[in-house]
Amino acid sequence: MKGVRFRDHKVVGDILELAARYCAEGADELVFYDITASPENRSVDRSWITRVARVLDIPFCVAGGIRTVADAEDVLNSGAEKISVNSPALADPDLVNALARRFGSQCVVVGIDSQTVGDEFEVYQFTGDPDRSRSTRRRTLDWVREVQDRGAGEIVLNCMASDGVRQGYDLRQLQAVRSICRVPLIASGGAGTMEHFAAVFAEAGVDGALAASVFHSGAIAIPDLKTCLRARRVEIRP
Amino acid sequence: MTDVAIIANGGANIASLRFALDRLGVSSRLTADADELRRAPRVILPGVGAAADAMERLHALGLAAVIPTLTQPVLGICLGMQLLFEGSEEGDTECLGILPARVTRFPDRQGFPVPHMGWNQVVSRTDSPLTRGLADDTYVYFVHSYAAPVGPWTEAVTDYGGEFSAIVRHANFHGAQFHPERSSRAGQRLLANFLALA
Repeated sequence: MKGVRFRDHKVVGDILELAARYCAEGADELVFYDITASPENRSVDRSWITRVARVLDIPFCVAGGIRTVADAEDVLNSGAEKISVNSPALADPDLVNALARRFGSQCVVVGIDSQTVGDEFEVYQFTGDPDRSRSTRRRTLDWVREVQDRGAGEIVLNCMASDGVRQGYDLRQLQAVRSICRVPLIASGGAGTMEHFAAVFAEAGVDGALAASVFHSGAIAIPDLKTCLRARRVEIRP
Repeated sequence: MTDVAIIANGGANIASLRFALDRLGVSSRLTADADELRRAPRVILPGVGAAADAMERLHALGLAAVIPTLTQPVLGICLGMQLLFEGSEEGDTECLGILPARVTRFPDRQGFPVPHMGWNQVVSRTDSPLTRGLADDTYVYFVHSYAAPVGPWTEAVTDYGGEFSAIVRHANFHGAQFHPERSSRAGQRLLANFLALA
């Protein structure tokens, strides 16, 4: 699924076909979000993970519906490289420690939905469902520090105001997080043009840039994007 | 007969390695049985997790003494490669002692977040059968916080704020710090090269 500003969720087609296509086009990593899993409090049918793992020869991460070490083990044993936790980590921060202890930090991604509120950045929760989406009143920078101390190996910062509107990544917020983030930081939310990708690498110093709608719609072809970024001296796999 | 025995040392995520071997048309079996390991034409020591846990499991399975005596081609991947060394700073662990060096944690350096996670280039130092057919500066996929120093065992290096061993070898023991099973065509080539070793 993809989200357009978290309010217009669409199924974008057969995931196997899509996964194979992105892999062939040179995507460096794929992230599969089941963004309805947390709010509806249901478990995920994970048989698709094995089917995806059989065809993909690049790393992929699964996000959504991972609430326990057993859930995570199930996902990793099915062939995913990484698991990403968001709402369950907010509900039970010790989950991050438990996952890092059991599988190593390199498997444990913490996803953070964040929004500018006044002069601060605040963490939001249950963003898959507009009726339940709310601020946790946690400051994003505090939460980033906390999850790194608890063993997160990567942070995906999704800047909600930018998400799905294709006006560019939230550079100001990403720069603020970068300055305190010692683990790999992935920018999410706002990509609309190839320039936006170039800017987020150059100006926010992120380790990766995540996008969905521009790829799903065909607005940006991955090989063209990589050629553009390499021309700008972003170190990236051709 | 099984082409490759994968050492079952308890880590999660053996699936992606098995699927990569499947794609190469090679049969694999996960095993902790010493006799089965001795008989297998090829052995892979995988590893995701922490060095101390992994060595503890190998000792508990009675394999820590067996692995160094294997005579067929053996490939350690990621932590599996690090375990081939004398020891690791991770949990101050004594490892298998096949390679005479200690694995250390990446220092904290501005601009080089740890774990080193993502695609990076490998540069050959020697004419290794493992890297045959791979373009120099090929990108492969890394995920690790500890790394092995460069030494006589180094067949290829990678630079991440300093050079470390990306591919190592001592006699029939080979190691890759990256994940060939998730390194697209380059990784597939490396695995095929390993399977083709005499």
